[in-house]
Amino acid sequence: MAEAAGVAAESLVGGRARAACTVLNQVVLPGEELLLPEQEDAEGPGGTGERLRLNAGARPRVRVVCGPGLRRCGDRLLVTKCGRLRHKEPGGSGGGVYWVDSQQKRYVPVKGDHVIGIVTAKSGDIFKVDVGGSEPASLSYLAFEGATKRNRPNVQVGDLVYGQFVVANKDMEPEMVCIDSCGRANGMGVIGQDGLLFKVTLGLIRKLLAPDCEIIQEVGKLYPLEIVFGMNGRIWVKAKTVQQTLILANILEACEHMTADQRKQIFSRLAES
Amino acid sequence: MRGRARDGSRSTAEVSMAAERKTKLSKNLLRMKFMQRGLDSETKKQLEEEEKKIISEEHWYLDLPELKEKESFIIEEQSFLLCEDLLYGRMSFRGFNPEVEKLMLQMNAKNKAEEVEDETVELDVSDEEMARRYETLVGTIGKKFAKKRDRANYEEDENGDIKPNKSKKTFLKPQD
Repeated sequence: MAEAAGVAAESLVGGRARAACTVLNQVVLPGEELLLPEQEDAEGPGGTGERLRLNAGARPRVRVVCGPGLRRCGDRLLVTKCGRLRHKEPGGSGGGVYWVDSQQKRYVPVKGDHVIGIVTAKSGDIFKVDVGGSEPASLSYLAFEGATKRNRPNVQVGDLVYGQFVVANKDMEPEMVCIDSCGRANGMGVIGQDGLLFKVTLGLIRKLLAPDCEIIQEVGKLYPLEIVFGMNGRIWVKAKTVQQTLILANILEACEHMTADQRKQIFSRLAES
Repeated sequence: MRGRARDGSRSTAEVSMAAERKTKLSKNLLRMKFMQRGLDSETKKQLEEEEKKIISEEHWYLDLPELKEKESFIIEEQSFLLCEDLLYGRMSFRGFNPEVEKLMLQMNAKNKAEEVEDETVELDVSDEEMARRYETLVGTIGKKFAKKRDRANYEEDENGDIKPNKSKKTFLKPQD
């Protein structure tokens, strides 16, 4: 890790762009420029790449998606977050997806994200919902399943809602809805009574939601429970007793900085008790 | 309007007649439609030019270099959903919330194998059965849209099926 950071810093000093495929799963720093495989060929050994790259357009271009932590600036690809560069192979045609796997606690609303919000105010037609972003999101009372002008949803101040963003950009107030495009709730809406809400880092949420996450599989074997994960770093848990709920919350919080072996130990100990 | 126009033509006649009398009409008056019939081509041109100048002076435009946005092959996407195949955010285990458990299976299966699901969708009614069914309906529905007079033509044959009888009723000559 430290070594990788050293290399990254070196390249920054040199001011030269590095090829994206050579720094895969390595640390990249904000401000760094990356070269995609298409651009790379043009980058000759003599450093005259800038000129050569201009006439590289003759080749058929594949579309590359740059995810969170990367920004397109003209024809260049810049890093905006510190973290490890990740890549996903494309399913069909195209150049796949590049993104930066970073550790952060601050949530910035992103369109399409499912989040847990706290209703903070009710004003006329909309609810104000705290989602942990720089600004509270707005949530229309019509954006619930089965809601009409006459039939208002039963949402009180202080309720937890699970919804997704339909509007989220840097210039506008984020807007949430609790229905999908077909008008169905699909699990969104007000989250039930009781339970415990706590905050973790955004990285942990993604780790727990990964399809091959063994933590969730282990946790599911313990006792009957329910969990809701919000991409804004909030987790809501509920089990049959308060004690079980607290244990659950502690496990999820603690497992971020544990190794696989440590986790195994914890789970075996829990299974015994 | 016509009276005015006549006045105008008279006044232009006066102008041309007595240009040396130094009675000049204002430019705004000359620019009016009805005044232009009597004007000579030279003054007409002059007026047009002036008008153009006014328009171009009042016309605003942005003093910017032309934007040349090339089609980029990099697409920006700020969501992790696309990058990592994340699971659905609601979970329930060991029957704590059966509703959510059902939903979880549904949502997570959707991500994994959409195509497989499509193939296994079974048809409730096969195409053949559908065709057979509609075959018998042809007459019934045809009857619905037929006029009252034609409705009698739909006669039931021995099978009980209704068939449209195309032969039109014509006058039959009585036999002697």
